[in-house]
Amino acid sequence: MSNVMLEVKELTTKYITRFGEDVYAVDHVSLKVEEGKSLGIAGESGCGKSTLALSLMGYYFPPLHYTSGEIIIDGKNISGMNPDDVRKSILGTEIAYIPQSAMNALNPTRKIIHFIEDVLLAHDLLVTRKDIYDRARILFETLGLPAEVLQKYPVELSGGMKQRTVIAVSVLLLPKVLIADEPSSALDVTSQKMVIKMLRQLMEIGYISSMIFITHELPLLYNVTDDIMVMYAGQIVEKATSQEAVFDPLHPYAKGLMGSIIVPEKGLRDVKLAAIPGVPPNLKKPPAGCQFAERCKYVREECTLHSIPLRDAGDGRAYRCIISEKELREIYAREADKNVR
Amino acid sequence: MSDEKRICLSTSGLTKVFGFGRQKTVAVDHVDLNLYEGEVVSLVGESGSGKTTLAKMLLGLINSTEGDVYFQGQKRDISTLRKKQEYWKNIQAIFQDPFSSYNIFNKIDAVLLDCIRMRGGGKLPHAKKIELMAEACSFVNLKFEELTNKYPFELSGGQMQRLMIARIFLLKPKILLADEPTSMIDASSRATILDELMQLRNETGMTIIFITHDIGLAYYVSDSVYIMEHGKLVESGSADEVILHPKEAYTQRLISDVPKIHEEWDLSTV
Repeated sequence: MSNVMLEVKELTTKYITRFGEDVYAVDHVSLKVEEGKSLGIAGESGCGKSTLALSLMGYYFPPLHYTSGEIIIDGKNISGMNPDDVRKSILGTEIAYIPQSAMNALNPTRKIIHFIEDVLLAHDLLVTRKDIYDRARILFETLGLPAEVLQKYPVELSGGMKQRTVIAVSVLLLPKVLIADEPSSALDVTSQKMVIKMLRQLMEIGYISSMIFITHELPLLYNVTDDIMVMYAGQIVEKATSQEAVFDPLHPYAKGLMGSIIVPEKGLRDVKLAAIPGVPPNLKKPPAGCQFAERCKYVREECTLHSIPLRDAGDGRAYRCIISEKELREIYAREADKNVR
Repeated sequence: MSDEKRICLSTSGLTKVFGFGRQKTVAVDHVDLNLYEGEVVSLVGESGSGKTTLAKMLLGLINSTEGDVYFQGQKRDISTLRKKQEYWKNIQAIFQDPFSSYNIFNKIDAVLLDCIRMRGGGKLPHAKKIELMAEACSFVNLKFEELTNKYPFELSGGQMQRLMIARIFLLKPKILLADEPTSMIDASSRATILDELMQLRNETGMTIIFITHDIGLAYYVSDSVYIMEHGKLVESGSADEVILHPKEAYTQRLISDVPKIHEEWDLSTV
């Protein structure tokens, strides 16, 4: 049994709008990431992927508010901590977060080495300029980035290079958990591959102990992470290994998502892509029963009555549906022949 | 096969140069294209390969530095605004960002009425216009009754993009140029939009040009694929030929860099 690096129990966070309405963007989410493992989070836009990432840091600022639940990083409970303490002692050292389009946040008037200085100085590490430079150079060279980058301004770097620099800066203090939110979405395929290679490398060298990877690109997630979690309307609807999540999903929403994967492979042109009609529910007034009921093909009367719990399917697998595993599989098997284009 | 098919749009030696002297950039470099009627073609390339510049020249939004565009065998003439408008009845476009494709002051009715007017239906009775608009909306699975008196920004991205297709349905152009139509849209509604475009092609026989960097998407939708690198067409052919058995090193690299699910994704090549 390996060490659990990050454990989240029933985490709930909400946004309070300026009209005082509560929007539960992360709704009783529990997850566990072990040492050396990576977890992928998938889902369509607005399903709460990024809010979950933000909530996992334990660093809340309005309109995001903590409601309930626990976040335990390597045995240390950080939920409910004072934001300033979180910033001082948790961010960067325990958990590092790369927000979406982080590479665009680099100050254009400062050289890359200054960002590294900032991180080290903010954590009260009394080091000399030379030490900082040496440390940065070693880090960059291990990760396959040329050391000249340190003396350059962000505008002199390409998108892929900027993104890799941001990742390098974020792992400077050897965090236990790295949360990467869409780290490769604005890049072309070749730079994307380089970013992924670098993240893999970080895990292998041991600069980071575990990783949470957020994206809506499923083929990418399949290739990068060990486990995949599918979110819908702030809830987890499916939790499985990457292999199972892509080839044998249980929840109807996950099934729909996996059916919409487009990859340049033989046989793609023979199948009909799955479409999920409709839009996600308004989280200001969430439906009483299953959040997905409105768009679900297999909706039943019981679905809309009361909320559906996450059902355990063994081996760490879970899904949130009223229909049993066996029955779902039968339905999917029957539908498989209809998907011919 | 090509005996029956007629060429709809073609270009010869189409070139666009931006800047001059040391800052000279050749964005599109002597491109020869032959697009047949009713065909779905994809222009694939990385960012900066000149896909969008080529598209803009085909649309007549920017002038070419060199070379000509031929529409249905005739050399295209868009020297005056009137001729341009005449040309745009035959070629229409859907762009990447649905949020910036609409005039925010116009309601959805006005957007669709404009299309009817462009097709010369301006003098039709009001009831007939409503009928046409409702038909177009139901084609893309939108309810016209729910849309009247709304502004485009009240819709979601996927709905906006489908409204774009409803416009195309009313206009019935000969050629549709789709510049990354699904890149800002969730995977769950992507299939709907692609299906609607394919259905439109089957019903009206229009030529669809997809411009994309998503090789999987290009493979899924198109009959033939053109690969662009630094403004040049490096490889072309049927989708199966180009995507499954690429000949050029550039195409091979591009395809090997896309994450796949049945084949192994080799990380050691970068």
